[in-house]
Amino acid sequence: MSVVIVGGGLGALRTAESLIAAGYGGEVIVISDEKYLPYNRPPLSKEALKNGIATEALEFKRKSLGGSITWILGDGCASISFNGRTLTLASGREVAFDGVAIATGIRPRRLNVQGPLVGRHTLRTIDDAKSLRGAMLSARTLLVVGAGFIGCEVAATARSLGLSVKVAAIDEEPMIRPLGRDLASELRRRHEVKGVEFHLGLGIDAFLGDAIATGVRLSDGSEQYADVIVEAIGSLPNTEWLGGNGLDLSDGVMVDTSMRVIGTDFPAVAVGDIAKYPHQLFDATPRRIEHWNLPTETGRLAGKTLAALLAGEEPPHEPVNFIPTFWSDQYEYNIQSFGMPDIADNERLAFGSWDQSLVVEYLRGDELVGVVGIDSVPQLMPYRKLLMKRA
Amino acid sequence: MKVVVDLAKCQNYGQCCFEAEDIFRLDGGGKLTYKSEVDESRRSCVESAVDVCPMQAISIE
Repeated sequence: MSVVIVGGGLGALRTAESLIAAGYGGEVIVISDEKYLPYNRPPLSKEALKNGIATEALEFKRKSLGGSITWILGDGCASISFNGRTLTLASGREVAFDGVAIATGIRPRRLNVQGPLVGRHTLRTIDDAKSLRGAMLSARTLLVVGAGFIGCEVAATARSLGLSVKVAAIDEEPMIRPLGRDLASELRRRHEVKGVEFHLGLGIDAFLGDAIATGVRLSDGSEQYADVIVEAIGSLPNTEWLGGNGLDLSDGVMVDTSMRVIGTDFPAVAVGDIAKYPHQLFDATPRRIEHWNLPTETGRLAGKTLAALLAGEEPPHEPVNFIPTFWSDQYEYNIQSFGMPDIADNERLAFGSWDQSLVVEYLRGDELVGVVGIDSVPQLMPYRKLLMKRA
Repeated sequence: MKVVVDLAKCQNYGQCCFEAEDIFRLDGGGKLTYKSEVDESRRSCVESAVDVCPMQAISIE
């Protein structure tokens, strides 16, 4: 018996652990296009980007499990056939299997506009971070395209390294989707106090420069230049290799609430950033959420499901009771959230004041669906239980 | 077993507290306090706390 786990991040690791803990005794092969064992990505835009990227320090602790795991690193999966029970790696090597866990995650989305591709940094992997850090250390100015999590964190880190920083984005405020307009506007104010210059609500019409990008032209006609350019405009799920198996790949991989892939009878699960499923504490709409805690939550469940499927048993039917959780450190500010603030239609300040530590509650009608705090973990903690109990 | 938290890494996110409230706690100022000597029977809870720490600051010795 052989299980392939395709992808080598946190979701892959947690799936492998859970599969073995659930009693699966066969072979486990983890396949990753990256050359590193599973590592923690959030520091790549924060402390590791600031202080230096030590691969071993970023690696997750790997439990000593009864089973054995074979790691194929630096050789991604090019294609897979569920019917043929084989997959083909980028190198051409073929691997046979009886069950599969899909954990290929996401990659940075790129802007499809005129101008050079070279000189546009993205940030997802250790190699990306090494390259960006190298460029930042010899630079005086940095331009971030995009004002989401990564964009804001890189802007803050670059300021703390003494670079002068501009942020250009189509969004009207930084991190507006998870934070809502009022808190996002307050976040912008805090960045501006630290010296970041924003150009918001503007499209990127082109990258400027001959062979190497040195700036951007915005939709108001203005041009912004910098020594280092970071493109951080969101992500795309890595699903291309799954084509030809009859799956719904319109936005990630559709799975049921046991993380079993929908659209195939083959023993297949999907986890982490790529998995799309209903978060039943909130509503029945399937969503793909890219928060850090979900690869662990989905991996734990998917391992049990895959072990059951391979043993010819019914997978567990537990309700999905995950609370999406995010953190973001920018300067001295510690931002933390529980729930799904992005599905709210109104919000209110529940603790503190806008320009200091605070808690904002996010509501759909009069129902609490999420919460965000800045420097207010003790006040925030009780909300997780409230959100858990709301189903 | 012995639980060790690298307090230089810990950012007081409090995720460990959800896995084992009796072992990990945030004080009134939001700083983590924890028990370092933990009975073996609590291993799986502590392992979960290790897993969910965003800073990967917890280890079992």
